[in-house]
Amino acid sequence: MSTLLAAAGSLAPASRGFLSPTGVEIVFVLVGLAVLGSALISVTTRQLVHAALWLVVALGGLAIEFLLLTAEFVAWVQVLIYLGSVVVLVLFGLMLTKAPIGRSPDADSGNRWVALGVALASAGTLVTLVVDAFRTSWIDLGAGGGSTAVTGASLFRYWVLPFEALSVLLLAALVGAIVISRTGKGGAKPRAGKLRTPRSVGAPRPARATAAPEQQER
Amino acid sequence: MNLLDMLLRCLAALVVMLTFPLIIGQTEHKVMAHMQGRLGPMYAGGFHGWAQLVADGVKFAQKEDIVPAGADRRVFQLAPAVALLPYLLVLLAVPVGPNGFVGQAIDAGIFFVLAVMGIGVLGSLMAGWASANKFSLLGGLRTAAQLMSYELPMLLAGASVAMAAGTLSLPGIVDAFHWWWIPWQAIGAFVFFTAGLAELQRPPFDMPVADSEIIFGAYTEYTGLRFALFLLSEYAGILVLCALTTVLFLGGWHGPLPHSLGWLWTLLKTFALAFVVIWARVTFPRLREDQLMRFAWTVLIPLALLQLVLTGIIKVAISQ
Repeated sequence: MSTLLAAAGSLAPASRGFLSPTGVEIVFVLVGLAVLGSALISVTTRQLVHAALWLVVALGGLAIEFLLLTAEFVAWVQVLIYLGSVVVLVLFGLMLTKAPIGRSPDADSGNRWVALGVALASAGTLVTLVVDAFRTSWIDLGAGGGSTAVTGASLFRYWVLPFEALSVLLLAALVGAIVISRTGKGGAKPRAGKLRTPRSVGAPRPARATAAPEQQER
Repeated sequence: MNLLDMLLRCLAALVVMLTFPLIIGQTEHKVMAHMQGRLGPMYAGGFHGWAQLVADGVKFAQKEDIVPAGADRRVFQLAPAVALLPYLLVLLAVPVGPNGFVGQAIDAGIFFVLAVMGIGVLGSLMAGWASANKFSLLGGLRTAAQLMSYELPMLLAGASVAMAAGTLSLPGIVDAFHWWWIPWQAIGAFVFFTAGLAELQRPPFDMPVADSEIIFGAYTEYTGLRFALFLLSEYAGILVLCALTTVLFLGGWHGPLPHSLGWLWTLLKTFALAFVVIWARVTFPRLREDQLMRFAWTVLIPLALLQLVLTGIIKVAISQ
């Protein structure tokens, strides 16, 4: 961590005023407003797929914010994982299950006020914490502060153990998901790659008749 | 880098984006015509049917731009742009020649390129869903599933090269290149190129748009210029894939030509690979959906992992 901070500049007390705007900061605030706006639309829109697409805008804006903070690597990770994979999976799930074109009022949740309260509380906590922690400190964002080399060195020198623990956790979750999705009577699944031909359409199938109730139970 | 320089570089990338895919398209017409004995495209305009592409362009431009009545208008109209934009951004980061002959040298170049290319899938999903059509939705979902599966072997193959070069920057990787990398990284090159073909939904892997089965998948409802934009993004994708394979696995500007002519060498390799892409379209039969998925998960990913292990072993052996 110390190298990361050293590369990013010192946490010197502010010789400048609190939030004296430079060009980068103005852009940062503007993009931040856009992110906030699209996040708000994302939770208030009545169209499910639109909500996911506004989420794309919000997450993309966050990637730009990371770039402005010179955390280049984190920005591309954000693009790769959140835009390229997570949102796509969300969209995939929505489209496979329930995403009519137009409004879907039945998807409204009854506890939106509770959600709003929780969101405001957590946002308040975070903002207080960050403002309190960094009130008088000023990090000079020199070039290369969040570059791949610095991030990699920090991650694999100082944070190897948490990194590996997290990897094992994710691997366990992955294996668990596969195991859960595969439980059931083995051998009943169609093998991938073999074309399933309907056997003699119209012919009586006595073996199936006994198996049918069991299948319905699952 | 001042503003004028930046604008010029962006403009150059845009021009490349607008012209090179057309060259690849024209080549495809001619190569397919010769390989499959197609006579049609050889006549328009006289010599070797040079005007066929122009005629195609005019045809696309004069078709009415239709949005289906039941469609989600905005999303439907936005989808082609979302599909096309990533390739334009990627072109900015591909190095063409030595000494900074690149739109923008990005520190984590290979990572940037693969991350941004992953966004293209959103365009297909949006197109498929917003068309309000079962077959389009099916095509969009197939596209998404295919792109998600094939992104992994592509990333792993890219990781192998990055490991060999010890850097993520694309110019850095070409700088570190030696001729013996070609046999060393051959498996990775195969995996990268094949997975890239699948990402583009080119014919051996064109199940999501299979024109004879689900009529063009996510793009069924598109007409005129918007459809042309989807086609352009496919051809721009060929350009990007071939350029990336050249840069990562074939040594980019390294070659027998003098150093100052390196960009020519890059272009030659890129177009040779584009020819292979077209060749594969003409000669390979289409894979079925389940075969497609099985190929990704049981062939390409193990191969990519094998290449990673091989790279690691040789890398350690060299450094000692």
